[in-house]
Amino acid sequence: MTKFTTFESRLVPFPIDNLDTDQIIPARFLKTISKEGLGDQLFYDWRYDTEGRPKPDFVLNKPESRTAQILLAGDNFGCGSSREHAPWALLQYGFRAVISTSFADIFRGNSLKNSLLPIEVPRDVHAELFGNPNATVKVDLAAQTLTLPSGRAVEFPVDPFARHCLVEGIDELGYILQQEPAIASFEAAHPAPINTAA
Amino acid sequence: MKPRTIIEKIWDNHIVSERPGAPALLYIDLHLVHEVTSPQAFDGLRARGLKVRRPDLTIATTDHSTPTTPRSFPIVDKVAAAQVARLEANCQEFGIRCFGLASEQQGIVHVIGPEQGMTQPGMTMVCGDSHTSTLGAFGALAFGIGTSQVEHVLATQCLLQSPSKTYQVRVDGALKPGITAKDIILSLIARIGIGGGTGCVFEYCGSAIRGLSMEERMTVCNMSIEAGARAGLVAPDDTTHQYVCGRPYAPTGAAWDAAVTGWRKLPTDDGAQFDKSINIDASTLEPMITFGTNPGMGIPITAMVPNPSDITDPLERDSLSKALRYMDLAPGKPLLGHPVDVVFIGSCTNARISDLRNAAKILKGRKVHSGVRVMVVPGSKQVKAQAQAEGLDQIFRDAGADWREAGCSMCIAMNGDQLQPGEYSVSTSNRNFEGRQGKGGRTFLASPLTAAASAITGVVTDVRTLLP
Repeated sequence: MTKFTTFESRLVPFPIDNLDTDQIIPARFLKTISKEGLGDQLFYDWRYDTEGRPKPDFVLNKPESRTAQILLAGDNFGCGSSREHAPWALLQYGFRAVISTSFADIFRGNSLKNSLLPIEVPRDVHAELFGNPNATVKVDLAAQTLTLPSGRAVEFPVDPFARHCLVEGIDELGYILQQEPAIASFEAAHPAPINTAA
Repeated sequence: MKPRTIIEKIWDNHIVSERPGAPALLYIDLHLVHEVTSPQAFDGLRARGLKVRRPDLTIATTDHSTPTTPRSFPIVDKVAAAQVARLEANCQEFGIRCFGLASEQQGIVHVIGPEQGMTQPGMTMVCGDSHTSTLGAFGALAFGIGTSQVEHVLATQCLLQSPSKTYQVRVDGALKPGITAKDIILSLIARIGIGGGTGCVFEYCGSAIRGLSMEERMTVCNMSIEAGARAGLVAPDDTTHQYVCGRPYAPTGAAWDAAVTGWRKLPTDDGAQFDKSINIDASTLEPMITFGTNPGMGIPITAMVPNPSDITDPLERDSLSKALRYMDLAPGKPLLGHPVDVVFIGSCTNARISDLRNAAKILKGRKVHSGVRVMVVPGSKQVKAQAQAEGLDQIFRDAGADWREAGCSMCIAMNGDQLQPGEYSVSTSNRNFEGRQGKGGRTFLASPLTAAASAITGVVTDVRTLLP
C-alpha cells in the first residue's frame, strides 16, 4: 500500500445531509466484477442528464472540481449499503478525503481500507468551511490536523491503528495473516458450530 | 464478574487476540457470500496466492443481479450473467458451497442462512451486505462488511474490529391488529433518525419483541442498519431454539443439548449497562409508512407529510424540501389516498413465508386495482415452494399479482425489476433512497399488510380498513 502523505487541496462543496451510497454509486453499476471505471459513475444520477450528458451546474462537473481532492459533504455521509464501490468511485474521481460532521460506520471502514480519509469535524468548523468553500485546506494525517483557510489547525479523530497503517503504508490483511498462530489456537479451542461443507 | 450485555458476551467469546494499539482480532463463525461484493475479494486472494481458510464456514448464493423471471430463461443482461457465473466459478475454484441459480436452496442471502439452520445463537456472522444485521434475530452478532473485509475473512476467518457502543431498544406492550414488526422498526428509525444508531449495536428487548416470531424478529433486525447501527440482535429464547431445531445444519442429539445449554447463558445479565437506550410503547403504534428519501422519513399512516417550514436547522430543512421535491409531495397533506403505480412485496426485510401469508390474507378473494403492477417475490426457493404448497401463489395470481422467482429484485433494482421514472411504489423493502428502485422511481416503505391493501385500492391505504 502507498503511504498517505500530507496534501493541500481546494474543497468541492456538496451541502447535502445523509448522502447514501446509492447516490454515490447507483446499484446498477455494481454488476461489474472489477474495480475499474467507477470514477465516471460517481454520483451518476445527479451528475448526468437522461441522455448521459454531464449537467454543467452539478458541482462535480465544474472545471475547478476536477483537480480538487477533498469533498466537503453534509452530515452522515455514506449511509446505507456496504458497497465498497463507493470509496473506489470517490478515489477514482480523484478524491483523497471527505469532510463531514459524521460518517456511516461501514463507509468509514471501507474508506480507511482504501486510503480515502474520512475527516470528521465539529459543526462550527463544518460551517466555517462551507462559509468559504472555494478555499484551500491542508490535511496532515500523521498529526491528525486539518488546517483551515484561516490558518487555524483543527484536530480530527482517526482510529490510531488505521492512521498507523495509512501513514506507514501497512496492509491490514498482511497484518492479520501474521497472526496465524493465534488464529490456529483459537480454532483448536473453539470447535465450529456448523459445517457448511457437510 | 461485571454484568455483561449479550453483545459483550458474544464479543468476548470471539476474541482471537488483542494487541496494544490495534483493534481486536475477532473470529467469524459464518461468512455468507453473494455475487456483487465478492468478485474483487476473490481476485485479491488470487493476486496473493491465498486460499480460503475455512470453506466449511462459508456459504454463497446468488441474489442481487439474479433475474426473477422463470429460471429456464437465460440471464439477458450480459454483465449480470457474467457476475453470477463468476460467483459460481470462484466458489468452485476455492471449494465453497454455493446455492447457485440451479440450487433448490438459492435465495436472498439473509433468508437462506436461517432457513438452513446455519444461523445460530451466539455466533459471529458477516456478509458483504449491510442487511446482514437480519441474522441478529438469532441472538448473534451479525454485520455487513465491505469487499476488503470479505477478502480478510475469506483468507483468515477473522476481522480487525473495535467494539461498538451498546444500545438497548425496549419495546413493550401489545401490537394492535394490522400493526407488524415492520411498523416497530420503521417507528424506531423515524424516532432516532438514520444516523441515530451510528457506532452502536442494538439489543431489541421487551414484551413486544419477545412476542414476535423469528421471522418478525428478522424484519426488525434487518433494518437496524437503516438507523445507522452496525448490527441489531434479540436474545435467544424458546422461540429461537424451536425455529433452529430440526433444520438441515442445526446440531442434533447430544450436540443439540449442549448447544442449547450454551445459548441459555447468552442473554444480557441483570444490571448490565447500555451506552444508550430508548423505550417504545408498542400499543401506541400505527401502521408506518415513509414519505421521503431515507428510511427515517416515516410517519404513522394517518399523519400528514411534515412541513419544511417547521424545521429550524437549515441543512435538515433543505434535506426535507429536497426529498419532497423528489417525491413530488405537498407538505402538510396526508399520504393516505395517494395514487400508487407499483406494489413490491419482497426483499430480505419481508419476503419470508409469514410475510407472504400476511399479504395473501389481504389479497385473498380480491382483485388488484387496475393499473397497479404488483410483484410478489419470495425470499428463497424454499419460501416459494412452501407458498405454493399452501396455495398462496394462486391467491396472488387470482388477485392479478405477478408471482416471481426468488431474489432481491426491486429492492435494489439491479436485475431488471425496477420502477420507471416518476412511478410511485409501496414496497416492503428497506430503502427509499432516490433511485433505489429504479432511476427516478419513488418509494413508500411499509409492511406487507399495507402494501397488499394499497395494491387493492390503488392508493396508499390504511390496512385496518380492510381487515376481516
